Amino acid sequence: MAQSEDIGGVAAEPSASLDWPKALRDAGLLALFTLGLSFPILAFRTRQDLTQGLVLDPRWGLVATVVAIAFFARLGWLVFGGALTRGAAAGAARVSRALAPVKPYAWIFRYIVLALLAAYPFLAVLFTGTGGALKWIDNFGIQILIYVMLGWGLNIVVGLAGLLDLGYVAFYAVGAYSTALLSTHFGFSFWICLPLAGIFAAFWGIMLGFPVLRLRGDYLAIVTLAFGEIIRLVIINWVELTNGASGISGIPRPTFFGLPFNASDEGFAAFFGLQFTPLHRLFFLFYLILALALLTNWVTVRLRRLPIGRAWEALREDEIACRSLGIDTVITKLTAFSIGAMFGGFAGAFFAARLGFISPKSFEFMESAVILSIVVLGGMGSQIGVAIAAIVMIGGTELLRELTWLKAVFGPSFDPTQYRMLLFGMAMVAMMVWRPRGLISNREPSIVLHEKRAIGGDMVKEGHG
Amino acid sequence: MDYFLQQLVNGLTLGSVYGLIAIGYTMVYGIIGMINFAHGDVFMLSVFIALIVFVLISSLVGGLAIALALIIVLVCAMALTALWSWAIERVAYRPLRGSFRLAPLISAIGMSIFLVNFVQLVQGPRNKSLPPIMDGGFVIPVGSGNITLAYKQILIILTTAVLLAAFWFVVQKTSLGRAQRACEQDRKMASLLGIDVDRTISLTFVMGAALAAVAGVLFMVQYGVVNFSDGFVPGIKAFTAAVLGGIGSLPGAVIGGLLIGLIEVFWSAYFSIDYKDVAAFSILAVTLIFMPSGLLGKPDVEKV
Repeated sequence: MAQSEDIGGVAAEPSASLDWPKALRDAGLLALFTLGLSFPILAFRTRQDLTQGLVLDPRWGLVATVVAIAFFARLGWLVFGGALTRGAAAGAARVSRALAPVKPYAWIFRYIVLALLAAYPFLAVLFTGTGGALKWIDNFGIQILIYVMLGWGLNIVVGLAGLLDLGYVAFYAVGAYSTALLSTHFGFSFWICLPLAGIFAAFWGIMLGFPVLRLRGDYLAIVTLAFGEIIRLVIINWVELTNGASGISGIPRPTFFGLPFNASDEGFAAFFGLQFTPLHRLFFLFYLILALALLTNWVTVRLRRLPIGRAWEALREDEIACRSLGIDTVITKLTAFSIGAMFGGFAGAFFAARLGFISPKSFEFMESAVILSIVVLGGMGSQIGVAIAAIVMIGGTELLRELTWLKAVFGPSFDPTQYRMLLFGMAMVAMMVWRPRGLISNREPSIVLHEKRAIGGDMVKEGHG
Repeated sequence: MDYFLQQLVNGLTLGSVYGLIAIGYTMVYGIIGMINFAHGDVFMLSVFIALIVFVLISSLVGGLAIALALIIVLVCAMALTALWSWAIERVAYRPLRGSFRLAPLISAIGMSIFLVNFVQLVQGPRNKSLPPIMDGGFVIPVGSGNITLAYKQILIILTTAVLLAAFWFVVQKTSLGRAQRACEQDRKMASLLGIDVDRTISLTFVMGAALAAVAGVLFMVQYGVVNFSDGFVPGIKAFTAAVLGGIGSLPGAVIGGLLIGLIEVFWSAYFSIDYKDVAAFSILAVTLIFMPSGLLGKPDVEKV
């Protein structure tokens, strides 16, 4: 079902008058093609039979559906596609015209968003009740904010310094594991572990950044991927220290100035004379990760104005010019790596303390790919773009869990969550094809000579470095 | 001595499979300078295709000679995997030609995620295993012990050698190969001279996928078990092989593949089996850092 839509969306020539025989032939060809693609892999499902080995269950009905969808999608696109694109373009132009008078007041919007974020847990309780709010704060609020924070942290490395890092999850893992080990072995509290996790992660950022200084572009990406996998494999295999694949449990939860969030007499609820509810901890965790994420953003925005931030952006644009102008590329790259890693470490510490349990499963390459895709889809270097991308990608895939009504359409065995990563992959490809520069590809220059104006994404050539 | 020789044979077998996959990476990198991240998953897909076609053939026509069945499976798998790879290139990479450099890499990562989850969805998350396809082998006495040369190991090494010779011929002697090498050197100039660059690039993807499908069939013969997640690690190792041999170089990819296979097998045999992937990843990192042009590659000249 999936690949047919992918192919159906490609390359339509705008045609004034429709050539029906040609369109039909075109759609028929695509249908034939889809049939070829789906022949063995979709048409037969392998099933392990205890007595006969492998047996095949034919599913020609599914193949017929997919081929029909491919045919009609392509035909529909050829018929209505041109009008649709024109309509969309006209609509976008109208929206941007309508927004033009509001533009100078965009700064107000920022405060509205902040206020909404601050009120989010209360709104969740208000609208969905206590039971529903647990899910909305935990699965949506906290989960998305973790990825926003990771995205902003990686944005320093990828978006500002232009160093493509495919192993960012390693620093997340370092943060999480240092918190877990320090707190379970030495009894350190979360508030001591948090800065330590950042320091350790930054240290690892320097350690891993040092050897890769000479590499650029996709070679750098692959080496960082290799480092990320090495760290994960060492965590899995060093069972004496990390407990291997079964992970570490019993990590103490963060406390509110020493007040634990439990039902005991010394707990948060008892101290303030409140009725105990698990919501208190979620509220606290939500505001904690919100604060950490905003800290990341604030530091990044500030750093961009410092000489080091300017050096990062110069490095991204042109490394050779940068070196010719006397910028120390070693220091510049290492600071980007270590500061980015530090925020990854903070996020890791939060992650470990939030669940109280970590295992190497949470730090697979897929996580790095997801974080990187958030940064790229958001438009590299754009803080607000990264936040929007995290909300869309993580929130969107979480929302799939809610689509239970689809069961009524596709039958009771239909499980929308299975399609989560499938759609994620498709969205990455589609976004790259549609907007390779990400959602927010315009950006304000950090430093200007005469007047301030946004620069189109095509004018900057990040990602070469 | 016999233990060493046995490991040598095993390493060469494994290395052949890596070498075949590595060619797909090296050809694509040579021609458009992108890491085809989804190539390992195309390999995994080809194992599934081979598996299904094999079961289909043996259930339709029982008692078919194993050699004939494997040839049919090989042809089907090569054709269908090539079709997939062509479609992937068409959908995910061609629209990005001329876009900024990281766009195709990210699109390829998206495609890789898509393929893994697509196969998981349509074929289920469990391991799929076949009964052993080819048993037995020669037992050669060496010194105090014996080494076993399984028939399937001979098949793997022979198939690899024959196909490499065939592809080497295509790249060196045919007009398609000339067009490929021309695009590798200068795409704009090649297109000015009347070479259909898009078609050449598509055919490069098709050739790489066909070789990955050969590796897939051999993988099925050798191990008989496949899982939807089996593409990532062989993919990375094959990429390591391509880099080690010098990316862009066909013989380099094979030599790199054999080296990676040997290192992996000897590492597991003499040191620690748990850390064999760490060894492969470390080789990748060390090669890229200290010897980015690999064994047979041309050094990358930077023009300002």
